[in-house]
Amino acid sequence: MTLRRAFAITVLTLVVLASVGAGFVPGFSYAEQHREFISSGPSAHFPLGTDDLGRDRLARLLSATRVSLLLAAAAGVAALILAVVAGGTAGYWGGWWDVLVTRAIDLLLSLPWLFLLLAARALLPLNVAPLTALVVTYALLAALGWAAPARVVRAGVRSFRESEFVLRARAEGATEFRILLRHVVPNLRPILLAQFWTSIPVFVLTEANLGFLGLSAGEPFPTWGSLLRELQNPLLVRPEAFATVGAIALSVLCFKLISPKGGLPV
Amino acid sequence: MPRWGMRLARQLGALAVTVILGGILTAEMVRHSPGFDADERLTDARLNAESRAAIQAEREVNSAIVPFYIRHIAGMLRGDWGVSQSLRTPVRELIRMRMPVTAEIMLAGVAGGWLLAFVLALSTVHYPPWGRAAGILSIALLSVPVAALAVLIFAARGPVPGIMALILFPRLFDHLRNLLAEAYAQPHVVTARAMGVGPVPVLIRHVLPICRAQLLALAGVSVSMAFGAAIPVETLCDLPGIGQLAWKAAMARDLPVIVTLTLLITVLTQAANAVSDWADTRREGQA
Repeated sequence: MTLRRAFAITVLTLVVLASVGAGFVPGFSYAEQHREFISSGPSAHFPLGTDDLGRDRLARLLSATRVSLLLAAAAGVAALILAVVAGGTAGYWGGWWDVLVTRAIDLLLSLPWLFLLLAARALLPLNVAPLTALVVTYALLAALGWAAPARVVRAGVRSFRESEFVLRARAEGATEFRILLRHVVPNLRPILLAQFWTSIPVFVLTEANLGFLGLSAGEPFPTWGSLLRELQNPLLVRPEAFATVGAIALSVLCFKLISPKGGLPV
Repeated sequence: MPRWGMRLARQLGALAVTVILGGILTAEMVRHSPGFDADERLTDARLNAESRAAIQAEREVNSAIVPFYIRHIAGMLRGDWGVSQSLRTPVRELIRMRMPVTAEIMLAGVAGGWLLAFVLALSTVHYPPWGRAAGILSIALLSVPVAALAVLIFAARGPVPGIMALILFPRLFDHLRNLLAEAYAQPHVVTARAMGVGPVPVLIRHVLPICRAQLLALAGVSVSMAFGAAIPVETLCDLPGIGQLAWKAAMARDLPVIVTLTLLITVLTQAANAVSDWADTRREGQA
């Protein structure tokens, strides 16, 4: 393990521990409004100050970190499952299904993601529960984010399709489905792992952009994206509000140091 | 028919299918979105029963998606792109008014991003120590959300094209650095440099022809990247462009605007990819 990788893993572990641990500290609430400390600066009681409703910025940031990292990882897993199903079957069976999946991948990769998400996010009612909005936002990310890993999975499966262990399994009478599931997919583990680590920063950054546009979780639920909304009027914003940008940048940087090269956030 | 002609025909066919399927899918999604049937004009207390019925009838015309879509496409081909439900303005007029704003920032952003990325990638190849600094800058910019980067530059009173260029730069830099490094490592390029051929002739005569296909493909993708970046930038800077229109239309469930924009963006991005593909195939054919 390289020094950079070890550093990134350490930092990410500390970030995750701090965000999870904050949930167990009594009185450290992201929703509690301290009316006597509205828009106050950093102090011993509120290290990052409070927002315009008197809510503790640090508590909100740690809570948002927990939610955003957990759901980005969940969306990464969901996107990978879709990628294995679509890319794996397309690469293994080929034919018209392969043509269809390849076309869908090309289309999804060539269109601006943010525009697709804007159009898809319009599906949600405006007054939906914050938690539902959050889960649906990440589900949309997974539903649109399978294309890049599917292309890699498809290429991987095609390279294994005619390999000796597959021919042997076929000669021994294994069904095509069993060969794909039990012999080909397990060999894709390094590819899938790399794609997983690459997809998390992409999802984190996309949710942040969506949240900035007001299309992620609703109030009072904090995510990194919803905290960025505070920056919509840069002339009125307090410097402490940029702590969210720092947290996102630090985490994304660590994920990039952990993940192998590849994957472009769009 | 030459090979490039066949590929172009295939691309056009795929483009047509994509436009039709993508448009129907988008229209269907918006049609079923909650709040689609609501029209804020109906909250106007001055409307009488006939006016209300007329507004409701106007909306019901759009409720059957496939007929709506066929009508919309046919209208677009005749030059009638429909009327925005939220802005009460012809969509064609909205796009005509807003297109120059988006085109200007996209063009300036793509040009600035390419220039910065190409110069830094080239200097990385010639002076490897610079590579580390440029790599750190690139990864740092990639780690910040586009919207936050736009806020930071905007707050520092940076120009809007500068915001776009800095958003696009890191997305291009990695590809360009790898491409150029690979091209400069080719034996004939190494030989040319060893024989004392100047850096500019080496770049133009030996390096760029090797990377031509990938550079063209990257140029095609840049258009899509630039539009993706234009949405938060226009929203933040309150620029009346296409990106801001897309955001407002998505928020207002404005079906004619969303469908028209989806069609135009699909055509634009697919056409950019097709042109880069076509140019590359044609040169290959000539070679």
